Amino acid sequence: MLTLVNLLGLALVAWIVWYFWLYKKEGVAVTEVAGVQEINITVKGGYDPDVIVVKKGKPVRLHFTRRESALCSEMVIFDTLGRSAKLPEGETVTLEFTPQQAGEIPFQCQMGMLRGKVVVTS
Amino acid sequence: MEVTRNKQPPGPGAASLCLPLPQVKDTARARALSHALRQVAGIEAVQVNLARQEAHLTYNPGAISVAGVVEAVERAGYSVGRAELRAHIAGMHCASCVARIEDVLRAVPGVLDASVNPATGVATVEYVPGTADFRAIQAAVESVGYQTAHPLEQPPAPEEEAEAHAREYKSLMAKFWFAAAVSVPTVLVAYPNVSWLYAPYLFSSAISEGVVWLLWVLSGLVTLPVMFYSGRQFFTGAASAFRHHAADMNTLIALGTGAAWLYSTAALIFPRLFPAGTAEPFYDVTAVVTALVVLGQALEVRAKGQTSQAIRKLIGLQARTARVLREGRELEIPVEEVEVDDVVVVRPGEKIPVDGVIIEGQSALDESMVTGESLPVDKQPGDEVIGATVNTTGSFKFRATKVGKDTALAQIVKMVQDAMGSKAPIARLVDVVSGYFVPAVMIIAVLTFLAWLNFGPSPALAYAVVTAVTVLIIACPCAVGMAVPLSLVAGLGKAAEHGVLIRNGEALQTASALKTVVLDKTGTITKGKPELTDALPAPGFDEKTLIHLAASADRPSEHPLAQAIVKGAQARGLEPLEPGAFKAVPGHGVEAAVDGKRVLVGNRKLMEREKVDTSSLAEAVGRLQGEGKTAMYVAVDGQAAGVVAVADTLKEDSVEAIRVMRQMGLEVVMLTGDNERTARSIARQVGIERVLAEVLPEEKANQVHALKAEGKKVGMVGDGINDAPALVEADVGFAIGTGTDVAIEAADVTLIGGSLKGVAYAIEVSKATMQNAKQSLFGAFVYNVLGIPVAAGILFPFFGILLSPILAGAAMAISSITVVSNANRLRFFRARSFTRA
Repeated sequence: MLTLVNLLGLALVAWIVWYFWLYKKEGVAVTEVAGVQEINITVKGGYDPDVIVVKKGKPVRLHFTRRESALCSEMVIFDTLGRSAKLPEGETVTLEFTPQQAGEIPFQCQMGMLRGKVVVTS
Repeated sequence: MEVTRNKQPPGPGAASLCLPLPQVKDTARARALSHALRQVAGIEAVQVNLARQEAHLTYNPGAISVAGVVEAVERAGYSVGRAELRAHIAGMHCASCVARIEDVLRAVPGVLDASVNPATGVATVEYVPGTADFRAIQAAVESVGYQTAHPLEQPPAPEEEAEAHAREYKSLMAKFWFAAAVSVPTVLVAYPNVSWLYAPYLFSSAISEGVVWLLWVLSGLVTLPVMFYSGRQFFTGAASAFRHHAADMNTLIALGTGAAWLYSTAALIFPRLFPAGTAEPFYDVTAVVTALVVLGQALEVRAKGQTSQAIRKLIGLQARTARVLREGRELEIPVEEVEVDDVVVVRPGEKIPVDGVIIEGQSALDESMVTGESLPVDKQPGDEVIGATVNTTGSFKFRATKVGKDTALAQIVKMVQDAMGSKAPIARLVDVVSGYFVPAVMIIAVLTFLAWLNFGPSPALAYAVVTAVTVLIIACPCAVGMAVPLSLVAGLGKAAEHGVLIRNGEALQTASALKTVVLDKTGTITKGKPELTDALPAPGFDEKTLIHLAASADRPSEHPLAQAIVKGAQARGLEPLEPGAFKAVPGHGVEAAVDGKRVLVGNRKLMEREKVDTSSLAEAVGRLQGEGKTAMYVAVDGQAAGVVAVADTLKEDSVEAIRVMRQMGLEVVMLTGDNERTARSIARQVGIERVLAEVLPEEKANQVHALKAEGKKVGMVGDGINDAPALVEADVGFAIGTGTDVAIEAADVTLIGGSLKGVAYAIEVSKATMQNAKQSLFGAFVYNVLGIPVAAGILFPFFGILLSPILAGAAMAISSITVVSNANRLRFFRARSFTRA
């Protein structure tokens, strides 16, 4: 009995490692309208979707809508772009930029608990 | 002016409309637009005024709406000047109100679009300025039975944010009181073994097992609403995070309180499944921990609001209304409606609504709220005024040059907000840690459970569950994650209050580590404008006569040195006379007839040419030049009358600022294109030892580079234009601000006030901020690094110490409040460089 519990416990540890650290998320592709790559992102306990795949060289428009009142997600920060935006609850805030090179542009909340990224492909 | 009319006369009930057209700049475009509009049904007459870039239309409101007209203009390829305003709507409680208010707003002539956010109660209205205004919008809202507050400021809406915080606080406090109310009886019936705590013993000393069991069941039931009302956000937050393969503080609290409840319930319903002595529920943990953590969050919200108080104060500086002259009448209008080139009237004691240039009248303005300078500044026609500063006693009119989001204040607010959203490099490090933090805590909790189960004393299962829950609850990722951002927000806000704008967290962190500060001389240490400093009369003349004669002769000259003498005379109460026979001798000086005398003012070459004997003045001239001043000879009727000297003088507080910088242990270096002698003289007056003189403008960046090569962090202070390359080269570039141009590209730090004290202040406040952030960070790390092992029971084998989950909940709440409170201490930071509060 005890051995079984021990094994289950260790399996749980392995699962935590896999689920939170090793799991590779699949990106969500954007829709392209008149040359602009647009996507709606819902902010509630996380960014949904949180991995967004875009093409380089074309403007990207991210429409964030925060659907919670918890202060954690009040601000979204694109550190590598030097941009940030306040997200008032219920309002849609749009951030626009044009990625010039392939790579990853991470974004997160102020405390770094919620994270997402824009994956730029060439 | 392009005039086009349709053939028909205006029909009955025709309305007229004036649309701003910022893109229509030439006749061809005006004609094309008129032509296009003439085709639109419902538009009866079109008149495009090129000078004012407006279209005056007569239209039939029955056939076409204003929005329709605007659409027609836009279809023709031109944009209509639009404005947006946001207003609070009070008394809105249902979603159906939203549609009604939006409809009535859209029906206001000139309103293009309206949307109401039910969560915040704010209506955003897009309208054509001049056609619709705030009053019309207010009337429309009132017509359907709601009240509007005054318009909100443009995008940065501080009240909205403050209100969102207030709402969040209220909702959290309600949740807390509910959880607390349930906690008390739950705790009182939780431990029949602890006789002093067990409430039923008050009534009877013999409580049957059945009663104990029943009370436990009741506890379990009343704890459910605590979890799903008070602790709702933990579970929903944890679930959304989980879907994203992420885990945060919500995950930990949800797991902790959830596990406690499930274990307790299982123990109550199936006591036989558990080894003897372990089937004891602990619902009190679920209730009390939820109450404590929710209370912690509520206090955090409140304290967080205070951290960003500085920026709210800044936004609150904005004037609400402006008095403008339109068609010869003074109109009081909302500040959002002021347009560029409007003439604004300012009376004594009033706030300046927007940025502009004075065209009539004069006054002294208190600019302290924007520049940090405490003394009022004298303003005359031609001088810039900054919106949000306060007029003292005079009255004046000014022409608006920047409105809306272009004003200095709006730029300042935007810059500070952007900076607050940036990251200090130290925070990036923390982010890496916090990405692993929560899953790591979960793993520790599992391992703790297993360790107690395998090696713990009896009842092993009970110990294992309690310790695992305690580990989940004591961990506080919030404290770690919030430490740096909160200090940054408080520090940047504090700096902004003193007219110091720090571009981002990186600039702030680097500024805190500066060792060397390079100061440009002209315009940075000195005023950058020559002033009359000395007048040494030759025998037979007195000082007043000398200055008066020189100033009168110089009066028609536009040379800066001549102007300095004229201004110097006026400052001494000597009004120069109008000279006759004035002649400027390029490269030499001037000659003129003053009061019937022939006066020469100029350099030695002029005196030699005119054969004036200046030998008696040679010594005085040598001394003045030694002091870095420019000496000019004055001769009257061919005879030497004396010397007047002009020099670039120090700014009032340069000496003080440099003294503070040196006290802080900074090496101060002066960089200038001037000659060594002048440079040394200024350096002596302000107490600078290291001088780099005769540096060509394009060489400045190289000099900064060379200083960096000495291995120290170098800050460079100069103006944003001439010194831009050097500012960029430096680790931190400080630009001395000029007037209303706030966002200086090359600079990491902008000093709006133009005083060197701002440099000292920027460095001081950066140091204090970084120290504060590090304290919080250190505290949070130590708390977690010590707290988690203690919660896991590491002290138990040695001292028998085991933490109760309830204490862990309290510790966790206190630790996150501590971080916020520590950041708030920065609000009371007082620097050596500014004695003003």
